[in-house]
Amino acid sequence: MSVQLLADLSVFVLSLLLGFEVIGRVPTTLHTPLMSAANSVHGIVLAGALLIALSAEGVFGYALVFVTAAFAAMNVVGGYVVTDRMLEMFRPRPGRTSGGER
Amino acid sequence: MGALDVVIRLVYLAVATCFVLGLHLMNSPVTARRGNLLSAGAMAVAVVATVAVLVETGTVRPWGWAALAAGAGLGAGLGLLLARRVMMTAMPQLVSLFNAVGGGAAALIGVHDFAVHSGGRDGSLPVVLDVLIGAVTFSGSLVAAGKLQGLVPGRPLVFPGVRLLTPALALIMVAAAVLVLVAGGGAVALAVLGAASLAFGVLMVLPIGGADMPVVISLLNAFTGTAVAMAGFALGNAVLITAGALVGASGAILTKLMADAMNRSLAGIVAGGFGTGDELSPGPAG
Repeated sequence: MSVQLLADLSVFVLSLLLGFEVIGRVPTTLHTPLMSAANSVHGIVLAGALLIALSAEGVFGYALVFVTAAFAAMNVVGGYVVTDRMLEMFRPRPGRTSGGER
Repeated sequence: MGALDVVIRLVYLAVATCFVLGLHLMNSPVTARRGNLLSAGAMAVAVVATVAVLVETGTVRPWGWAALAAGAGLGAGLGLLLARRVMMTAMPQLVSLFNAVGGGAAALIGVHDFAVHSGGRDGSLPVVLDVLIGAVTFSGSLVAAGKLQGLVPGRPLVFPGVRLLTPALALIMVAAAVLVLVAGGGAVALAVLGAASLAFGVLMVLPIGGADMPVVISLLNAFTGTAVAMAGFALGNAVLITAGALVGASGAILTKLMADAMNRSLAGIVAGGFGTGDELSPGPAG
């Protein structure tokens, strides 16, 4: 086992534990927006899509980069925009107290 | 370690921190929108930092840049269009679609890593898990989106033999994974693994009723997070590992919370078809 792998494994396990704790108190109304927000966060796969271009060559390689980048970018941009639209519904209207009738 | 490398790693650390804080702010309706914006800002920074890595390393060929720019432009445009245009009621299936492409991207990173770094002979465990989980979540999420959109019948689809076919596919996946890992099965074994995983994803979601789809989408979302973390191992990239593991774990907890809120057991939902109450209602709402 290399030092790099051990370091990565530590980060992985601690991030898992953090993930178990971080959303513990979420109310039921926020379940779907939270699912969508978590969905956007794994859009970080776009960084991975960029990194594979470093070693891509040949028609197959470029095609792979193209499709991966398209998929990942769609995940990121669409994910954040749709989450924001969901959360817009929770914004209290001006001139009204929050929790009142919409 | 060069100066830029240090800066990039620190930026990635800050990005990962913002993802955690962003998700945490989603615990309350008052701060939720701020949390999403924080997360989105961190994502933009991560992408810029990664582009800086590409420029600094300088091994991306012109066609590579073209493929990246065209792909990212197309994906971003399509994602923006869909997210803006979709009706409020159709949002869950759109989230499922975005989840599908995220899983697909993670699986393709595994394929690339296999083709380039191991010379197409044998792969590492993270690469195998990346392709397996990514492919399952890609096809599974597409079926889930199709069910909610009405393209696939929303009722639990159980056909004769499916109870045997699913375990058989699981066996093929394990066998292909072992071949790739230790027996030098090469590209053919990886292709079999990918195809079996895609089929498994379809068969996993088909027997589940439309009313349970939000929980299933959340579960597949957690899968994608794990696949992205595996892609992070393959690429040796800490921010992918952190964000992926974060989504994998919080997605799993959220799946449990959603199932509890619907008074359903997660095991019962995933088992699908039988004894879930779905067959009692002719047309499940959803």
